[in-house]
Amino acid sequence: MAQKTALYQIHEKLGGKIVEFAGWYLPVQYKNGILHEHSVVMQKAGLFDVSHMGEIFISGNNAQNALQKLVTNDISTMQNGWCRYCLMLYENGGIVDDLLVYKIDDNKYFLVVNASNADKDYEWICKNLQEGATAVNLSSQISQLALQGPLSHKIMEKLCNINELPVKNYRFTTKMKVAGYDCLVSTTGYTGEAGYEIYTANQSVAPLYELIMLAGEEYGLEPIGLGARDTLRFECCMTLYGHELTAEYKANEVGVGFAVKKGLGFIGEEALEEDAKYCRIGLKLIDKGIAREHYNLLNEQGEVVGITTSGMICPTVGGAYAMARVNKNCDLSNGVFVEVRGKKLKAEIVQMPFYKRINA
Amino acid sequence: MKFAKTHEWVKIENNVATVGITDYAQNEMGDIVYVDMPEVGRVVAIDEEVLELESVKAVAPVNSPVAGTVIEVNEELDKAPEMVNSDAYNAWLFKVEVTEESGELMSEEEYQNYLKTL
Repeated sequence: MAQKTALYQIHEKLGGKIVEFAGWYLPVQYKNGILHEHSVVMQKAGLFDVSHMGEIFISGNNAQNALQKLVTNDISTMQNGWCRYCLMLYENGGIVDDLLVYKIDDNKYFLVVNASNADKDYEWICKNLQEGATAVNLSSQISQLALQGPLSHKIMEKLCNINELPVKNYRFTTKMKVAGYDCLVSTTGYTGEAGYEIYTANQSVAPLYELIMLAGEEYGLEPIGLGARDTLRFECCMTLYGHELTAEYKANEVGVGFAVKKGLGFIGEEALEEDAKYCRIGLKLIDKGIAREHYNLLNEQGEVVGITTSGMICPTVGGAYAMARVNKNCDLSNGVFVEVRGKKLKAEIVQMPFYKRINA
Repeated sequence: MKFAKTHEWVKIENNVATVGITDYAQNEMGDIVYVDMPEVGRVVAIDEEVLELESVKAVAPVNSPVAGTVIEVNEELDKAPEMVNSDAYNAWLFKVEVTEESGELMSEEEYQNYLKTL
């Protein structure tokens, strides 16, 4: 039985089309549809309920070392109030999850993990945590909103002391008041747009949601569902666990090298010494059609050389795109194709991200 | 106009069936972004999958409520697939020269009652 977030009734009231996702009932879209919601976030601002995300705290006088053993990015260079994107790996280099690490202080870190992986992650963390650190899973007590889009700052200005708001990307402020409620606010998101992620207690999130919507009314703020969350993250080529990242894919094969550092001694690091056999590429379809996830990637001779991991249309740039996992040693000089229901559709390799906002 | 349980509508005039999807179906699918049309000249059976509609989120098959030969596809939808969302009963998908009609098609009233059971 899937769980309901504290905003379930608000989603229903707003006309959300509820679906089950990662064990939660969440709106895939509201009344005006995914393409409309996508453009609202690009042009104005949108409010997402992402309370399904998992939150795990690591604390103790050995928290930094214990955490470094678990994640692929360098924790030691983080200052208090910084966020950093990381992977967490199995011994064989396969991916347990991707996550954001928030450094509260040397002895306290806050991890935001995928909903579908939260229990598995917590078990993995507990099993591999060094002495001098403890992990607590607070996922069931914390709700999360994402306010995303170019006008999100204007909306936040109305709701909090702007001197407390983090400015640079991937920064956060704890214990700040938003519309009178205690929140942790970070300049992070999963849309490629400017914006904030706001964490608060379950009992505060419904009134907070309503007050943000009210403050955003003059700026055209709208509620946004999971559908547009996916098209937005896809257009800027952000990875999604279960698609670009899985337990079967090694961390050096998935195109997030910026978050996988050497010499840190994390679990799975040794497995990455071997050269990667696969890489992640971006594709644009030249032939008419749409490539979705898990379609075969073919070379000119029709041999399978890889698989698409996500694929759909890019609403902003137009056209059908895909991300794919491809064998590094295959020769695609005579063209690359996607097999769509038995048809071989011509594609071309393009740069990722497919869309990048000008002031990113 | 008659309706199939799989949410196609069909209008038969002079032995030619015009087929589209119902307003309920387009609403369930959400924004339609591509129609993968069949070849003109293809021979289809009753309830055979004839084409796929692609929305932002999903792929959905469209079946033929009649048997016969596909004689025309709506090429306007190539440039404007969103017409299926905005005007489902005018945005026809394909036309079939009919050899046999499904015996299980519903009237509009029957279809509306059927929707209440879903």
